[in-house]
Amino acid sequence: MKIDIILAGVGGQGILSIATIVGAAAIKRGMYMKQAEVHGMSQRGGDPLGKADMIISVEPMESLRYLPWLKKDGWLITNDQPFVNIPNYPDFDALKAELAKVQNCVAINADQIAKDLGSARSSNMVILGAASPYLQLPFEEIENAVRENFARKGEEVVNVNLACLKAGRELAEKK
Amino acid sequence: MSKALFLGDEAVAQAALDAGLSGVYAYPGTPSTEITEFIQNSKQGKAGEVHSIWAGNEKTAMESAIGMSYAGKRAMVCMKHVGLNVAADPFMNSSITGANGGLVVVVADDPSMHSSQDEQDSRYYAKFALIPCFEPSNQQEAYDITYYAFEMSEKFRTPVVIRLTTRLSHSRSGVERKAERPQNPLKPETDPKQFILLPANARKHYRKLLDKQADFENDSLNSPFNQYIDGADKSMGIIASGIAFNYLMENFEGGKCPYPVLKISQYPLPTKLIAKMVDECGKVLIAEEGYPFIEEQVRGVLNRTGNIMGRLSGELPRDGELNPNLVAKALGMPDTYGAPVPELVVPRPPALCVGCPHIDSYTALNKAMEKYGKGKVFSDIGCYTLGALPPYNAIYTTVDMGASITMAKGAADAGMRPCVAVIGDSTFTHSGMTSLLDCIYENTPVTVLILDNSTTGMTGGQDSHALGVLGEICKGLGVKEEHIHRINPLKGHLEENVAIIEKEIEYEGVSVIIPTRECIQTLSRRMKKQQAAKK
Ligand SMILES: Cc1ncc(C[n+]2csc(CCOP(=O)(O)OP(=O)(O)O)c2C)c(N)n1
Ligand code: SF4
Repeated sequence: MKIDIILAGVGGQGILSIATIVGAAAIKRGMYMKQAEVHGMSQRGGDPLGKADMIISVEPMESLRYLPWLKKDGWLITNDQPFVNIPNYPDFDALKAELAKVQNCVAINADQIAKDLGSARSSNMVILGAASPYLQLPFEEIENAVRENFARKGEEVVNVNLACLKAGRELAEKK
Repeated sequence: MSKALFLGDEAVAQAALDAGLSGVYAYPGTPSTEITEFIQNSKQGKAGEVHSIWAGNEKTAMESAIGMSYAGKRAMVCMKHVGLNVAADPFMNSSITGANGGLVVVVADDPSMHSSQDEQDSRYYAKFALIPCFEPSNQQEAYDITYYAFEMSEKFRTPVVIRLTTRLSHSRSGVERKAERPQNPLKPETDPKQFILLPANARKHYRKLLDKQADFENDSLNSPFNQYIDGADKSMGIIASGIAFNYLMENFEGGKCPYPVLKISQYPLPTKLIAKMVDECGKVLIAEEGYPFIEEQVRGVLNRTGNIMGRLSGELPRDGELNPNLVAKALGMPDTYGAPVPELVVPRPPALCVGCPHIDSYTALNKAMEKYGKGKVFSDIGCYTLGALPPYNAIYTTVDMGASITMAKGAADAGMRPCVAVIGDSTFTHSGMTSLLDCIYENTPVTVLILDNSTTGMTGGQDSHALGVLGEICKGLGVKEEHIHRINPLKGHLEENVAIIEKEIEYEGVSVIIPTRECIQTLSRRMKKQQAAKK
């Protein structure tokens, strides 16, 4: 089985943690892993267009930037809270309308959920949770990878991230 | 052994460590930086068992590595493609001296110029120097090739090049490691003539190098990294090198291509295998990342080889990176694409960080330059190059590291006034010091702003070689003390900073102004570390 995932967002939003966790869970399952990263000023490239099974994004405009890579019936799972660091950022409602046009789209307010659970920085884990039903990896395996990833930051951090992961998953399952 | 997930850069680094590396020498540059950083953070690097401290520039890095090879130990040099221009003199001559301990030169090319001034192809440099070159197609091969490159270097007593490209350097996959080999013992070169390139010696060495060419090609021919993979459909053959081989195979479910494929990851080119393909197949598609290096050679000047397709004939674009879709199109396969990017999606251009000291430096400089009109500020490469973009529009040139000062000098020699140079602290020690010396020697009227943010910001915050001593360096070079100023690039100091810049611009001689404030990124990382240490 092959699954192509595109992770999108703005630097510092925690995409690398998502990548590490999915990677660790996949390798544990004995899957063959290939991960293309975008460092510094480079743009995505090197991956085939129209073939990705899923876009997982922590930022709505960035999620749309990668539509050419998504296959027709692929899933787009994204945070709907914009990260505005440019003067000409598009209108939020227009952005939501664009997301609604995508055939299979789960757009959630991950920032709010993470904040309510006591860790605004963990919205990336909410998104990963929302994507988890589509990942074809056992949920426990993802939970274990989250534990390992945050272990050195202490029990408290591990627990809040697990809670965010679970909240995201429950929300996606309801949709 | 279990597989570990490695970036292409990290695979090279791990292989070098496992092969008994004694020292890596490098100046940072995207996409090569992670190689050296991996070694710095390794057990051996941290313990100081393997030298891994950054070099001042690529030339000093290359020379140090030649010295370590002379001493009998295994050395690696890493740089981005344009770094090899800086290191070209020792690099070219190292092919004449040859290597004692294994000497491997890793160059990361940046096709499509994601973070570079050009997309030059380092395979030409290896050919120019008449030495072997490797081009891994994936992370495992990056590991295996690096491990082997040291052996080959010692076997043939020659430096060896490994050429990486951005996508390989910066993508990750599982890598299986080989057994760890101990470092070489100290065993300095015993032939007193080997490293003395007096013409009489050099001529002999050069002839020896020419004699080795047949051995190099033979090694390529029998290399596990070059493979002739047969295919039933002989209506076309495909030569794919480096990562282009990966892009080719992406297009075939299960990795089975119906056409014969010649995969190339080791140079000089295995001509016998190329002849076999051209003879066997009516036409040949050549897919390579970078310049049409193989294609030009296969065609030759007479271009009578037959039906060759590639970047020169237009089946593939002449410039920029390849990708699986471009290769599919060249093969006549249907292109795939998803939905278009919605129109409302706008680019997020790189920008100076909020609170970056360069912002205040440019605000002051722009104010001081108002009365002189546009086109008087020469700049260089680093975060501060973003001063070219709105809202600053403060600089007019960026060519190569160090060029700001010497270009300002040339323009001043031409009679232009005023001529201002803006250069970063790391770029200044990389290659601005000799430029400044040229100005001092003639007392050229230039005003040089050395933006001292205590780091090499652009490439992720490596230490700056002249931390705290830039003023002393300028004084030592000969700038008059009263024309060296440290200023504090902060809003509250704007007026006095503008006044100092204005005054020095009017001075008919060399002046240096050093706006000094730490990069926000390294500062916040340092603070976090301090806090963590307190806990
Ligand atoms: C020959 C060469 N080597 C390396 C690079 C990559 N590079 C570009 S700018 C830079 C350093 C910038 O540091 P500094 O001058 O201190 O400016 P800052 O980014 O900190 O503002 C490096 C390493 C390059 N472009 N050319
Ligand atoms: S990384 Fe540092 S030097 Fe570069 S823009 Fe940000 S604050 Fe400025």
